[in-house]
Amino acid sequence: MRRLSLTRYHRAAPLVLLFVLLAGITTAASFVQSTPASATAEASADDISEGSKLFAANCATCHGLDAQGTEGVAPSLIGVGAAAVDFQVGTGRMPMQASGPQAIAKTVQFNQDQIDQLAAYVASLAPGPAVPDADAVDPALGNAANGMALFRTNCAMCHGSVGGGGALTQGKYAPSLWATTPTHIYEAMLVGPQSMPVFNNANITPEDKRDIIAYLDEQRNGAPGGAALGAIGPVAEGLWAWILGMGIIVGFTVWIGVRSS
Amino acid sequence: MTDTKTLPTATRLNRAAGATANWADERTSIGAFTKFLARKIFPDHWSFMLGEVALYSFIVLLLSGVILTAFFVPSMDFVHYEGEFAQLKGVEMSKAFESTIHMSFEVPGGLLMRQIHHWAALIFTAAIVTHMARVFFTGAFRKPREINWLIGFTLMILSLAAGFTGYSLPDDVLSGNGLRIIDGVIRSIPILGSYISYWLFGGEFPGEALIPRMFTAHILLIPALILSLIAVHLFLVFLQKHTQYPGPGRTDKNVVGLPLFPVYTAKAGGFFFVVFGVIALLGALFQINPVWNYGPYDPSPVSAGTQPDWYMLFIDGGLRIMPGQVEVVLWGYTLSLNILIPAVIMPGLFFGFLALYPWIESWATGDRGERHVLDRPRNAPVRTGIGVALITFYVVLVLEGSNDIVANLFRLSINDLTILFRIAVFALPVLAFWVTKRIAMGLQRKDRELVLHGHETGRIVRFDNGEYIEVHEPLSDEERWMLVSYQNLKPRELAPEHNEHGVRRKGYRWDRFKAALSRFYYEDRVEPVTPAELHEAHEHHKAEIEGMAARSEAHSAARADAAADKAPADA
Repeated sequence: MRRLSLTRYHRAAPLVLLFVLLAGITTAASFVQSTPASATAEASADDISEGSKLFAANCATCHGLDAQGTEGVAPSLIGVGAAAVDFQVGTGRMPMQASGPQAIAKTVQFNQDQIDQLAAYVASLAPGPAVPDADAVDPALGNAANGMALFRTNCAMCHGSVGGGGALTQGKYAPSLWATTPTHIYEAMLVGPQSMPVFNNANITPEDKRDIIAYLDEQRNGAPGGAALGAIGPVAEGLWAWILGMGIIVGFTVWIGVRSS
Repeated sequence: MTDTKTLPTATRLNRAAGATANWADERTSIGAFTKFLARKIFPDHWSFMLGEVALYSFIVLLLSGVILTAFFVPSMDFVHYEGEFAQLKGVEMSKAFESTIHMSFEVPGGLLMRQIHHWAALIFTAAIVTHMARVFFTGAFRKPREINWLIGFTLMILSLAAGFTGYSLPDDVLSGNGLRIIDGVIRSIPILGSYISYWLFGGEFPGEALIPRMFTAHILLIPALILSLIAVHLFLVFLQKHTQYPGPGRTDKNVVGLPLFPVYTAKAGGFFFVVFGVIALLGALFQINPVWNYGPYDPSPVSAGTQPDWYMLFIDGGLRIMPGQVEVVLWGYTLSLNILIPAVIMPGLFFGFLALYPWIESWATGDRGERHVLDRPRNAPVRTGIGVALITFYVVLVLEGSNDIVANLFRLSINDLTILFRIAVFALPVLAFWVTKRIAMGLQRKDRELVLHGHETGRIVRFDNGEYIEVHEPLSDEERWMLVSYQNLKPRELAPEHNEHGVRRKGYRWDRFKAALSRFYYEDRVEPVTPAELHEAHEHHKAEIEGMAARSEAHSAARADAAADKAPADA
């Protein structure tokens, strides 16, 4: 303490303090803002009108002013429901960056409030699947073993055995699921974005969907047996056996043989 | 330094060792044999240790495999998993799969042993291939070693069989898919296919007999064959003596090197632990074949990233690259050429060519002498080109076998990749052959230049008449030996078709084929420098070389003077 009081403050100290304070306030404010947003799940008329404005400004160019779609460019959004909007916009796939084999999950463009407003607007056009509640996607309530069996039969052929992703035809691909939120996984199954088939509630029940989420969540606890090398199977293992294993061993043979003629 | 107290213990130790050796010798007369072994001379080079890597990883496979057999249950009986691993709780599976999961998660060190075993298998096959490539590129398969090449080749095939049977034992989805593909390949063989498949699987795929059968093959039949062939392989190395790289004093009639004891016993002993250590590190740090993620075998699911281990990947690549339209139906029977060609005929030709290669080359050379001095790869441009072409062909198929991984990694279209590889699999090997042959011949020409003109020194000298030359330093005799002492093989002469009586000679066609092959091998060649050429070059450059010698003498004298002047000052 004595040492501290004896030291002269740096000239810039007030400036730094001010900056820290401002940063603190901004962070706190963003928390205060976001907390009630997720609490109010019910859409108000206000949300719908805000959503319609956002839609007109950001989505209507392709999807049309009434979300009716444009032939050959973008599908109609009437009846896709809030879940589709929450998934597509919430993962950064929409607004679409560029035409290509499939929409890329880029940085999310809107905050959760705006996404909810957009979803509320699209949901108000016609009935469609809703955003699942927290319990429906809670991995702790699911059965990972049942989830694994379902995943293996329904998902692994594209997403790989543990959801590491894989290639589809013509440059399309099934993305890795390791960083996808449980809600988005649930919504993707429900609405079948892009190349993905729809797994409706008659096909895979909500409980089964939660089990699949539980299985994917298990994969985030680390891989038994060491680094998983991308969890893409024997190709990665073979590559590492050659590069790392044979590389080190041949390096040693050269070292041992260096004294020879 | 040496204090007197250690001396008595040392002699006591010596005495004890001597007595033990004597005890053994009096009962087995092993002394003479040990002496023979200990004094056996081996040439030294890093690339001669690649075969050792294969041997040591095989020892690691045996050691870890013994531990795995203590816990693995080779049975296809159905059980429900009752263990601790959450994502498999209550799942129906075979006893084989259950015991694999059990040894991975509940047996202390079990997972480590499994991973060491699997990494060792990948290193084993990789080391065999690397060793084989070394033998190929240096021409170590030439007379008298053709039989040993064939034994080595058989060991390579057996290692693939060992790997594949072991990979399939846990009865998981991934290896089950692999087995199903093999089943399909077997069935594509006309007439016999379905019978072989029924016989192998004991009925319709997958049946219940396969796991116990593969277990017997994997832990008894194949390792026993490998072990006995390794014994013959090494015995022949001792009998025929090891090949050596060209160098001063090395001929086809001697072996220049170091004795087995103590040099190689120490080197090889230490190197075993290096190989073991690297494999153990891989096993400890990197997950391999996580069967708990693939789940117990069930014929319906196939996950993305379904590939065999690397050594079978080229066959998978063949299947993926083949257009599907070539399936034909003849009199109600389907001939699956789309499977038969890439998975049976292609590997058959590839492996057949490899097995027969020593004979193919001897048809071209017509060389009947023993060759114990190895070729530098550049001095056999066509052989080196063929080797690189084979590797290129293999690598293209491996890439096609992993086309989904490549497509996903680089965000490419899997369809475009396959079309690209369909062209590359034919075009790239030809290109690789041509480029390699040219590079090898370019290196030979560089060697010629070096022998004729010596090393460039970078020293430019101006003569009194104003002429500039670069001083070249002549090669030492040892260096020159390396560069000129290779076999200069020429295309074989073809004897006339008809003999003096105008009768067509027997075996003319075969001779004509051999002559054509020989032309392919040796038509383009760079002749080694002859003594006459060397003499002429020296005459031609006499002024430069002698001038250089005189100058360098003067130079070093001056430098010595300068050093002498400087020395007192430093002191």
